[in-house]
Amino acid sequence: MSSIDVTLTEVAASLVLVGIAVAVSRWRRADLEQDLVVAVVRSFIQLTAIGYVIQAIFDSDSLLLVAALLAGMVAFGSFTARSRAKDVPGALTPIALALTVAAVTTLGLILVLGVFDAKPRYLVPVGGMVIGNAMTAAAVALNRLGDEIGGARAAIEATLSLGATSRQAAAGAVTRSLRSGMITLIDSTKTTGIVFFPGAMTGMLVAGAEPVDAVRLQLILLWSLLGSVSLSALIATGLGYRGFFTPAHQLRDAGPR
Amino acid sequence: MLDDVSVAIPDGATALLGPSGSGKSSLLRLLNRLSDPDLGTIHFKGDDVRELDVLALRRRAVLVPQLPAPLPGTVADNVRYGPSLVEREPDVNSCLGRAGLARTYAERDAAELSVGEQQRVMLARALALEPEVLLLDEPTSALDEATREGVERTLIELAQAGVAMVLVTHDRGQAVRVASKVVELREGHLVR
Repeated sequence: MSSIDVTLTEVAASLVLVGIAVAVSRWRRADLEQDLVVAVVRSFIQLTAIGYVIQAIFDSDSLLLVAALLAGMVAFGSFTARSRAKDVPGALTPIALALTVAAVTTLGLILVLGVFDAKPRYLVPVGGMVIGNAMTAAAVALNRLGDEIGGARAAIEATLSLGATSRQAAAGAVTRSLRSGMITLIDSTKTTGIVFFPGAMTGMLVAGAEPVDAVRLQLILLWSLLGSVSLSALIATGLGYRGFFTPAHQLRDAGPR
Repeated sequence: MLDDVSVAIPDGATALLGPSGSGKSSLLRLLNRLSDPDLGTIHFKGDDVRELDVLALRRRAVLVPQLPAPLPGTVADNVRYGPSLVEREPDVNSCLGRAGLARTYAERDAAELSVGEQQRVMLARALALEPEVLLLDEPTSALDEATREGVERTLIELAQAGVAMVLVTHDRGQAVRVASKVVELREGHLVR
């Protein structure tokens, strides 16, 4: 694979575009200047740091270190997703399980099917994408689950009152939440290449790869992500609904909102 | 909400009467274990409700909610839902008839009905479980006057036909018309 050099001067030049964002915010009094500065500084520090970590892992060529890095991503992703699914009691365990299963299954299948070799160069970026998308799917699905159950307490209790289990009473809400966790990626997969160029393909084209290779890699990633996102949303909602109920199939009192 | 309430509810039709906030709905929810009390016990026909299988208990003491909450689907789907959970098939027409609905309602979309008709669907699907007691949580409070009278007449007919019920209401007239015993609550305490 060909590679390109990006100098720090070129990176610094792109700050001009951030300047536009700051100007827009100031002009329209959007009060986002501080957030923009924080975003720029954090992205620089976080990406630089992860860059060194990835470099070290590539140099060591150790799959154990890859696993450790991905485990760290799952942990961080789980806490991030939980903070977005505040209305779901006890969401951390379902989310952590969702991300773990999504990552292990997707990467495992990719390796078994021979799509990529078991090398840090493939596993780290692909694993990161899988976990990131699984995190978003779990967060979106559980956020929706909180809204669904919060808005349908009376209907759910009416169903429980007919002798339904909490699983049966929550089934509609769980299905709608699962859909909302999956639909974003499905929609963006439908429009990919028309409305936007996905990141991996863009990166490969910029780095000088043949368009046909960039497209093929992007298809592999998109299709793999569909699988991992569905697993993540399935596990997050399938386990997450339980937090709303007691073992005696009672809807718990609404938590602080 | 409820504090130091001790009450024995006999067979037949009993009304729990009180203003809103008096704890009567909370008391009703304890009977089918939608909630559990912090202190004290509830007995149903001699058994502590916490010792019973909660799903079976809810089929024996079926609660009809204050606001109708029909499941997606037809009226018949709603009537069949509860029994289907235990692989039983109810007589839909008979349930509709007892709830005051013509059998022509069976294939109508429950979501399209008026609130009064939906509340009758709630009654019909509760009756489909052949419960030992109906728990009625202000079943007419969401209805206009004409509809309320009709639903109340259905309740009276059910009571006269021997269906045991606990009716939560803030309407003293309704309590007296429907029930043979009235229990009155105020601010979480028993008045009489």
